[in-house]
Amino acid sequence: MADGEVQTLDYQQRRWHNIRKLLERSGPFCHPDFEPSAEILDFIMNSCKVLIVGAGGLGCELLKDLALMGFKKLHIVDMDTIELSNLNRQFLFRKNDIGLSKAKCAVEFVNKRVPGCEAVAHHCSIQDLDEGFYRQFHIVVCGLDSIVARRWLNGMLMSLLQYNDDRSLDQSSVIPLVDGGTEGFKGNARVILPGMSACIECTLDLYPPQKTFPLCTIANTPRLPEHCIEYVKVLQWAKENPWGSSTSLDGDDPQHVAWVYEKAQERATKYGITSVTYRLTQGVLKNIIPAVASTNAAIAATCATEVFKLATSCCTNMNNYMVLNMSEGVYTYTFAAEKRPDCIACSNTTRSMEIESNATLQAIYDKLCEDKGYLMKSPGITTIINGRNKTLYMSSIKSIEEKTRDNLKKKITELGLYNGADILVADVTTPNTLTIKLKFSNNLDDDMGR
Amino acid sequence: MIKLFSLKQQKKDEEGSARAGGSQKKASAAQLRITKDLNELNLPKTCNTEFPDPDDLLNFKLIICPDEGFYRGGRFVFSFKVGPNYPHEPPKVKCETAVYHPNIDLEGNVCLNILREDWKPVLTVNSIVYGLQYLFLEPNPEDPLNKEAADELQSNRRLFEQHVQRAMRGGYVGSNYFERCLK
Repeated sequence: MADGEVQTLDYQQRRWHNIRKLLERSGPFCHPDFEPSAEILDFIMNSCKVLIVGAGGLGCELLKDLALMGFKKLHIVDMDTIELSNLNRQFLFRKNDIGLSKAKCAVEFVNKRVPGCEAVAHHCSIQDLDEGFYRQFHIVVCGLDSIVARRWLNGMLMSLLQYNDDRSLDQSSVIPLVDGGTEGFKGNARVILPGMSACIECTLDLYPPQKTFPLCTIANTPRLPEHCIEYVKVLQWAKENPWGSSTSLDGDDPQHVAWVYEKAQERATKYGITSVTYRLTQGVLKNIIPAVASTNAAIAATCATEVFKLATSCCTNMNNYMVLNMSEGVYTYTFAAEKRPDCIACSNTTRSMEIESNATLQAIYDKLCEDKGYLMKSPGITTIINGRNKTLYMSSIKSIEEKTRDNLKKKITELGLYNGADILVADVTTPNTLTIKLKFSNNLDDDMGR
Repeated sequence: MIKLFSLKQQKKDEEGSARAGGSQKKASAAQLRITKDLNELNLPKTCNTEFPDPDDLLNFKLIICPDEGFYRGGRFVFSFKVGPNYPHEPPKVKCETAVYHPNIDLEGNVCLNILREDWKPVLTVNSIVYGLQYLFLEPNPEDPLNKEAADELQSNRRLFEQHVQRAMRGGYVGSNYFERCLK
């Protein structure tokens, strides 16, 4: 032990006293493979890398909770900057921080407040970070307010999975995802083991649809103040284009909100509807549901506990989806969401196809139709080259067929495909679009590392 | 149950090292799903699609040429924009052809339940195509977006039919001008 640490030994002893009780003793709720040891604390403090996605209401709580639990190698990513309305619950931020990066301010605060914490901030969107970045983490925990972002992150973690030759999952490639979400007094927390348990895409229909009103109601028979605001948002804005046709409605622009508010009021008056307010206008435009600090705290605490359990095995994890409803009393229930065998994200274990490097696209097409493993009817083949989608061949749509027919004669290398490239294949015979990795059979000087 | 802790003892790669190196971008779930939808598109003979850019499956046009009903002989173009949250959210569909129709307004907004409040992720592009085709066969005056047209359809069917014809040939109905859209 280094000299500097000896001085703080006494403090360290007391500081981790309670955590040690969990990690250095066995108990009835422990994971069957749990072996109490002092190494586990060392692991979470010095090795275990956890990524926190989102530095908002849940993110602030998560960062604080995990730092206080002893995790030091924390990374946090958020593209947003701090706004005045965040300060009531995002407690790592102060008035002076308004306009600054959430991730950076949160990290600065926690590193200063929690001795030894080495959190790192990333002020960017999750899509700006690549596979290499995500692969370094042991666990990812997220507190997001967007389904798109969750689905993206889910897809990223699925794409990091590695399969053995017998198509069984290589468990060392699994990065668990702990996901929390809140809406007013309601929240949920869940543990996802990519490739092993239900993922975001498996349970996509659990997300309630966005509240919408029939277009004819808002156009002709408005009854609620929301109908009037939706009318201005959906119909009147596009008709009048108050800032020119190239400017779309921005719920964060106070001038836009004011314009919508004024027009919605006019419409409300016409139909004898009252109580269109500026706040409601803002709420409808941005789909705001007031955030409740205590819901965030409860959900983040649940998520942080699950991260701790995953990292240490000192207790079995929740199985696997918890809902919390505090709108009337306190209700909570945990159930096992089931993995969908036909899930578009997690059942899509990449297959590989051997093909000669000088083969044509026609050869791939024929293989898909004739090889016993596929026997497809009319496969549509696409790929991604340099980050852009490319349709290689699709026979079912006339206009695309005409424009892609010539590709069949071309060599696959001419089309930009290479050894190790993925092609995406859709066909009536499979429930989902398949990802197929090309393996050049006569490949000597391969460009696998591309 | 996974034995994470034992697996996790091994040191992880440092950021960006080892296997990484500019790997191929993965297709999004929305992209995978729309590819599937389109490959299985089963269009009625009155409908056709156009892809201005065959590499962009998220933006395309649907052309409906009804062969019966009020709108027989017309040619109506709809634009489809499929967002990153498909199929959690429906595609955005607009009618690009000016049409005198109870459920389509003059800005091209379409009142079809499955495009808004009744959308479900199990529905596909095909469901929307059939929904739109149905609107031309059975315009629904109960759910009006163009109220004038809806009232007329209910009160004077003949006059409505004449106005539809006039609009499709190109001309004024009331104060609104309609471009010719007959085939």
